[in-house]
Amino acid sequence: MAHPPGRSTPEPFVWLMFSAGGVVAALVLPVLLVLFGLAIPLGWVDAPSHAHLLAVLRNPLTKLALIGICGLALVHAAHRLRFTVEHGLQLRRHDGIIAAVCYGGALVGTAAAAYFLLATIRV
Amino acid sequence: MSDSITLQVVRYRPDEEDAGPVVVDYEVPLRRDWAILDALNHIKDELDGTLSYRWSCRMGICGSCGMMINGEPKLTCATFLVDLAPGPVHVAPLANFPVIRDLIVDITDFMQKLGRVKPWLIRDEEKPVDDGEYLQTPAELSDFKQFSMCINCMLCYAACPVYGLDGEFVGPAAIALAHRYNLDSRDEGERERLTILAQPEGVWDCTFVGECSAACPKGVDPAGAIQQAKLAAAQDAVKSLLLPWRSR
Amino acid sequence: MTSHLEARYHRQRVPLLWWARRRSYAMFMLRELSSAFVALFVVELLFLIRAVGRGPAAYEGYLDALAHPAMIVVNVVAVAFVLLHAVTFANLTPRAMVVKVRGRRVPSRAVLAGVYFGWLVVTAVLAWLVVG
Repeated sequence: MAHPPGRSTPEPFVWLMFSAGGVVAALVLPVLLVLFGLAIPLGWVDAPSHAHLLAVLRNPLTKLALIGICGLALVHAAHRLRFTVEHGLQLRRHDGIIAAVCYGGALVGTAAAAYFLLATIRV
Repeated sequence: MSDSITLQVVRYRPDEEDAGPVVVDYEVPLRRDWAILDALNHIKDELDGTLSYRWSCRMGICGSCGMMINGEPKLTCATFLVDLAPGPVHVAPLANFPVIRDLIVDITDFMQKLGRVKPWLIRDEEKPVDDGEYLQTPAELSDFKQFSMCINCMLCYAACPVYGLDGEFVGPAAIALAHRYNLDSRDEGERERLTILAQPEGVWDCTFVGECSAACPKGVDPAGAIQQAKLAAAQDAVKSLLLPWRSR
Repeated sequence: MTSHLEARYHRQRVPLLWWARRRSYAMFMLRELSSAFVALFVVELLFLIRAVGRGPAAYEGYLDALAHPAMIVVNVVAVAFVLLHAVTFANLTPRAMVVKVRGRRVPSRAVLAGVYFGWLVVTAVLAWLVVG
């Protein structure tokens, strides 16, 4: 299945998104997960007030950044899980449906992020 | 320490009725300076002349003697009995390649892939001999030197799960060697090699397991080479998209 | 190009659970599975954003849900795996990218230090932004 030079295949662009998603997930998610998943529920840190979080989320830069972060991190996970399932369980022959489920899930999540941030967090 | 060690060798003899594969035990002397290769030579000389295997330089430079030792791809000339004592030591043919007989595998697939990536200097125009050599600074040499240390031993192919699962994958050594030439300041063939590397079965099949680099006896780091090649291929793809009129 | 004896070659099949047979392969699988927890936490984030958008009561309700012991256990595991992702991804960066400054190659340790320093800065900024 060789592509002649000049015909663009999607692989390099998916890989760039996957790499960016990996960087973003590594930089941003740990601190947020430790805060909201452990520190705040366990009372080590006071929860931010609703008003404060709303103010942060209302900022258009925050909205843009969060949509980007969620989207890229989800594409990263989708890409990786697709290959993990296909290599780990030797299901390469079902690549079509596995890829559709993985990237489709990432798309749904990104759309949800955009909807919540743009439609429900009103300035 | 005991004065002998058992080698459990996988035998496969397609010209016999009971072809196998079957594991046969051989007891060999446990000499302090012996490598597995010495033990195999002892088996062939003294115990069982029908054993077949490849070897040549016995010093880790020819790349002929790669086999699976206790499930790990190793050069038998560079793996020592005392490090595996008290044993037993399981000796099997190199993984992910078809076995012709005993410990000998068919390396045709690798040889074909090596040829496809064009591991030689490609010039748009050759300089006439009278103009002298292509000069290169030590800094330019250090850009690609690590990747030039490959001895084509194929331990990386045996270690790579992707190659094991998908025989189409071009593979660690071939891509590392392509990258070695792409980084060489004297080379002008990067675009040509990209046609092979940019295929799905080129760099994009790799999931950076990293076992190839762990197995490499010469410190080549093919995994790193493949990731660098991915970045180069991705940059090229972006440029093609944004600047389609770019000359090829 | 192959020999006529090819029909009698023995082709070793890759076992289904090939990754369970070697420790290095199993570690690789764990590293890849960490991305599932990355996705899980993004979903938790989405629910958080949704709760904030719905008002103070919804937000408090979501914080209560996060404090449920089962969620704490899930998130302890998630933290471990998200950290595994971050550390393994960061450590692989110097091999994947050759950084050159003014024609000279930056050594791997310096690239790694830069990556971790950047991570520290981002963590501090985000912590300040959220908890203030």
